[in-house]
Amino acid sequence: MNPLIAGDVFTQAFQFIGRNGQIPGDPPLPSLVHYTVETLKIAGIGVGLSILIALPIGIWLGHIHKGSFVAINLGNIARALPSLAILAFGVAILGIGLANVELALIVLAVPPVITNAYAAIDGVDRDIVDAARGMGLSEWQILRDVEFPLGIPLIFAGIRTAALFVVSTTTIAALTGYSGSLGEIISNEASYHESGVLGAAICIAALALLVEAVLATVQRMLTPRGVRLEDVKEGRDEVSLAPLVTNTQ
Amino acid sequence: MNPVFAAGGPVIPTFGGNPASFACERANRLFCANWVSQNWSSVLWPALRQHVVLTLIAVSIGFLISTTLALIAYRRRWLERPVIIVTSIMYTIPSLALFELLVPVKGLGLSRTTVEVALVSYTLLIMFRNTLTGLREVPADVRDAASGMGMGPMRSLLRVELPLALPAIIAGVRIATVTVISLATVAAYIDNEGLGAPIFAAISNEGFKTELITAGALAVGLALVADALLVLLQRLLTPWARRR
Repeated sequence: MNPLIAGDVFTQAFQFIGRNGQIPGDPPLPSLVHYTVETLKIAGIGVGLSILIALPIGIWLGHIHKGSFVAINLGNIARALPSLAILAFGVAILGIGLANVELALIVLAVPPVITNAYAAIDGVDRDIVDAARGMGLSEWQILRDVEFPLGIPLIFAGIRTAALFVVSTTTIAALTGYSGSLGEIISNEASYHESGVLGAAICIAALALLVEAVLATVQRMLTPRGVRLEDVKEGRDEVSLAPLVTNTQ
Repeated sequence: MNPVFAAGGPVIPTFGGNPASFACERANRLFCANWVSQNWSSVLWPALRQHVVLTLIAVSIGFLISTTLALIAYRRRWLERPVIIVTSIMYTIPSLALFELLVPVKGLGLSRTTVEVALVSYTLLIMFRNTLTGLREVPADVRDAASGMGMGPMRSLLRVELPLALPAIIAGVRIATVTVISLATVAAYIDNEGLGAPIFAAISNEGFKTELITAGALAVGLALVADALLVLLQRLLTPWARRR
């Protein structure tokens, strides 16, 4: 047994995962698969709605090069919003339920998508845009065929940040009374015991890492080859780092 | 039993005395200023203070670790990849899961140490990346000029490269600080202190709205104030960057 860690609990946690979230001798509980699917569903709706709201705003502001103050400061302010506090406001105003959770997810996920989409489109080399305009492309064509493809890495970095917030907040929502996500197991130690709580924590961690890995792969696939070349040379961390540093200005 | 409770309103057990004086609380209206003023010194202020202490400890320790790693990685490039990979994984794990993963580790349990270990681990990626990028973005010409003036590598680092990287370093501290303030609210689930404590108390108290809103607003306010103070600090520390 590992001297540092209470090995028994970890073994039991993995057994709990192996039993798909059931406790021997206890009446059947909702399965781990069920909770995982629910978590992904809640998170997916949150990210989807946020993209629908934020992407057009961010891209449009970036295209007309206006509203940098709003777009950048929105990102800064949103980062200062503790997810538990937003969930608490939601419980106070809307009561416990899916609406309150989704509202919190949107409040947390919209700003990084807007900020990154703005930075992505606004940062496209002006010479390239001018060349496209000189070639007779319409504003819509410039946006669709030039600015958007070049902006994809940064736009997607914002979506990944948002997805990370959303998955994390979905699990925290269980602590505020919404019992649909994997966090429900953690908030219900009385039924699931220490090993179940730990098993759920392992599942949540694995799920978040998986979502991040999948999004990173999608980002790579969506990025046009010309942009990708530079991306590989610099490493993707530089791409997602860019907005962090610009925020100082 | 008190007739007000029987009427089906939320059960707010902590209000003794004359029922009429707690009408707002018993009706669970959105905001009862009276409750805030009566519980400021016993509930809210201690929670706020604990939150500040939790944050300061986590950001300080995180700053020491990540700056040390960044300075080493600045000279030894091979270190960058492994540090980024490990800290990215830590950063990606949702806070609630990381807290619960640490609880079974011997010597941690449901304690402030567990909370601080998790909070520190969230600061590392942000501050390491920002500090390293800040240092790398110092123009080669400036470094050459420093060595041309006879500065050794250590003096050049302290007198030229670090000051020029300061805006990026402080940007990292800002993001790390607001991140920690945010995550420290969830930490109350493990170690019942900080502004998460009144939020969880209010939720188990049938969703007592005044407490939810006040504690939530204090957490948001604290993050905004901390962010503003760090901007101010950056202005003071880099007076040469102010002319733009």
